[in-house]
Amino acid sequence: MNEDLQQQLVKELVVESLEGLDTFDQEILAFEHGDETPDTWNNAFRIIHTIKGSSGCIGFPKVESVAHVGESLLSVLRDGHRPADSNIASSLLQYSDALREMMRSIEQTGNEGAADHADLVQNLQALQAGISGAAAPEKPTFGFFGDENTEANQPVTPPASAPQPGAVVKEAPKPSAADSAIRVDVGQIDRLMNLVGELVLARNQIVQATGHLGDPGLLTAVQRVNLITSELQESVMKTRMQPIGNVWSKFPRIIRDLCHELGKDVALVLEGNETELDRTIIEAIKDPMTHLIRNAIDHGIETPDARIAAGKPAQGRLVLRAFHEGGQVNIEISDDGKGIDAARVVEKALQRGLVSPEQAGRMSHREQLDLVFLPGLSTADIVTNVSGRGVGMDVVRTNIEKIGGNVNLDSEPGHGAVIRIKIPLTLAIIPALVVNCGDDRFAIPAASLVELVRIEGDQVARSLEHIHEAPVYRLRGDLLPLVDLAKELGITARRHVEDTLFLVVLQAEGRQFGLVVDNIQDTEEIVVKPLAREMKGLGVYAGATIMGDGKVALILDVVGLARRAALLEESSRHASRESAKQTCAAEGAEESRSLLLARVGRNRIAIPLSCIARLEEIPLSRIENAGHSEVIQYRGRIMSVVRLSAVLGIEGESFGSGAPDCERLMPLVVCALEKDNFGVIVDSIEDIVEEQIRIEAREGQRGILGSAIVRQKVTDLLDVRELARIAV
Amino acid sequence: MQFCTFYLGSDLFGVPVLQVQEVVRQHEITQVPLAPAVVRGLINLRGNIVSTVDMRRVLRMEPLADASGSINVITRVAGGLVSLLVDHIGDVIDAPEDRFEPVPSVLAGEIRQVISRVCKLPGNLLMILNPDRIVEFDRSKITAAE
Repeated sequence: MNEDLQQQLVKELVVESLEGLDTFDQEILAFEHGDETPDTWNNAFRIIHTIKGSSGCIGFPKVESVAHVGESLLSVLRDGHRPADSNIASSLLQYSDALREMMRSIEQTGNEGAADHADLVQNLQALQAGISGAAAPEKPTFGFFGDENTEANQPVTPPASAPQPGAVVKEAPKPSAADSAIRVDVGQIDRLMNLVGELVLARNQIVQATGHLGDPGLLTAVQRVNLITSELQESVMKTRMQPIGNVWSKFPRIIRDLCHELGKDVALVLEGNETELDRTIIEAIKDPMTHLIRNAIDHGIETPDARIAAGKPAQGRLVLRAFHEGGQVNIEISDDGKGIDAARVVEKALQRGLVSPEQAGRMSHREQLDLVFLPGLSTADIVTNVSGRGVGMDVVRTNIEKIGGNVNLDSEPGHGAVIRIKIPLTLAIIPALVVNCGDDRFAIPAASLVELVRIEGDQVARSLEHIHEAPVYRLRGDLLPLVDLAKELGITARRHVEDTLFLVVLQAEGRQFGLVVDNIQDTEEIVVKPLAREMKGLGVYAGATIMGDGKVALILDVVGLARRAALLEESSRHASRESAKQTCAAEGAEESRSLLLARVGRNRIAIPLSCIARLEEIPLSRIENAGHSEVIQYRGRIMSVVRLSAVLGIEGESFGSGAPDCERLMPLVVCALEKDNFGVIVDSIEDIVEEQIRIEAREGQRGILGSAIVRQKVTDLLDVRELARIAV
Repeated sequence: MQFCTFYLGSDLFGVPVLQVQEVVRQHEITQVPLAPAVVRGLINLRGNIVSTVDMRRVLRMEPLADASGSINVITRVAGGLVSLLVDHIGDVIDAPEDRFEPVPSVLAGEIRQVISRVCKLPGNLLMILNPDRIVEFDRSKITAAE
């Protein structure tokens, strides 16, 4: 046989067999759980029969002979109804592992490997003897040709003893499905994807170059190219999509083995199997997900006895749910085990010196649980004494963030834990922010982008402070550590610090930091291209891309950059930043604050920006009444609103003799204090300022902390806490 | 055996012609901050991003005052493509096997690593570079820097 052809055949054999064995495992697990269909054994038999036949043809006698033993057992099993039997299931799973092992060996070394699997063969033969002795009439299985006959005589029809019409119907569409689908080499698809990436770049160039030309014919053509390219990009992207079920199909087996090992009983529920993801992402989440599932069973779900003692059903439930939302894929892993006790997490973190007692005291429940993701704090330490399995939660988070996703944890002690993962649909083409630094352009993946800040004029000098040489910026009262991109990369910045400072606020591993750049350009869809190994090793670049003008730009690795700047080692800043939020309505010492200035009647009111969630505009007619308070429907919920002029007793446009016009749009400031949101209606919004203010207390004015001079005008500082009490 | 030759100053160098994919004029190079000094940066070769190695820096030669005429010799190496930035390109030379000699020991140690042998041509010497070694050389420098 021709050498190339032989290799091709071997490759196909391996791919098909491994795929088949995965399905085989699922069929066996179905049998073990007692939910087998008449097809279960037919499918299992067919898979093994194919493996046996093809490996015999290509010349792998050992695979053929081992496969043969299992095939004989399966042929007996499919002829008689058997109750679920975990002994048989275990043996058959071992058997599929053995075949898998040989296939891997063939893939890697070209031969079947040294193991002879004699024990397994004996075991299977003994099982077969036991079954055929007890039931079904002896069937002649004389090796290859004998079986071929069996197969030919009763191709895919269900066993005669169980004539189920449904089974036949179910089989019928299969050949047509095979006809309408073809097997394509992944490399081929990747090449196609690269070409489409090129096309996207060329499209961008054309759009840029023709934008200023007035020729309507050309513009129409460009428009069409634009549309077609977008559609093509989408279609090709779709071909790379795989249902997440492909990863999940491995989990029932892992969970079964783990349960056996740990003496636990867990039912796995899979929802949203068909949710599609780019195959590179599927690859990337495989390990983190496996880890999380092992964790849930090892540390989360209790033994049956403990569960009964806690008043729960003996069988634990592990639910994997996947769904699309907002251009991202959401994956939830929830169990009904004993959950994670936030107090113990904090205790451990204190012991390890990862947080200070006062930081811990200020943390919300969510933040306390988030400590689990800190390096050096493994869940094994906290939850059980069973040893962890190598990677900790910090690695899970790092891996997920590497692909532009994020992960968070929620738990109710005694009732279980939920881990939510959000990941992008694809990695090949991502939205990114383009910034300038020195003579170069850099792209920052939008997934890690939080916000952009521009500081101008004399603000620059005032707003930058230093803690032990480390520059920080007060962003709405919170300290934000700063990283100077030019300094980190050792290039010369092209900026005049006195003029304008551009900050890109980024998020890496749960912490925020501000990246100082020379200039901020636009967001663009970029095609991620891999870098040569020597550049990747530097740790600050995630890849490179080609910009609209044909030049190469580097993509920054946000996590790597933060690591390089040694930001991620310090957890303290993060804590201080979070805690600053709590004190937004505190007494007014002289400090710099970001304030929203609004007008109510003739008064100017200042509201701390850190208490504000959003600014909206609503007509007064939307205000409804609930009990004694006024409410509006806001984002599907009921939110209290206060008319500031009414609270302050001032004549404003929304209240008082100035007969309010119900349809006019009024500015609504949505304040967020702890968990509650409430709306404050003002007459108009003037500005946002960052100022050092000195508050002079004024007694007896409801809703006002005091007054201060802001931008040469007397301004009342709103007491958001008191207002919240009035509103809620 | 045929070699694609190029000049750095007045010295003639060559790489096996079968390893050369193409020769292109100076591309716009995007520098890579923090990368080792021999890496000049990245170029866009019809959608492929290729690292450019400045051969003058590899061979410890003075930089050119005007490098605008530099040529990229796109070479296939174990890790993919790499562009060797050279002063200007020479002919493809068919060098007979019997003219080769090992690298003279007077060459400095590091440079010896990238030159595999020397061919005596009538009138001058052709130094044969091993492109794979250039990239490796490059890598060992990075690990040293870290």
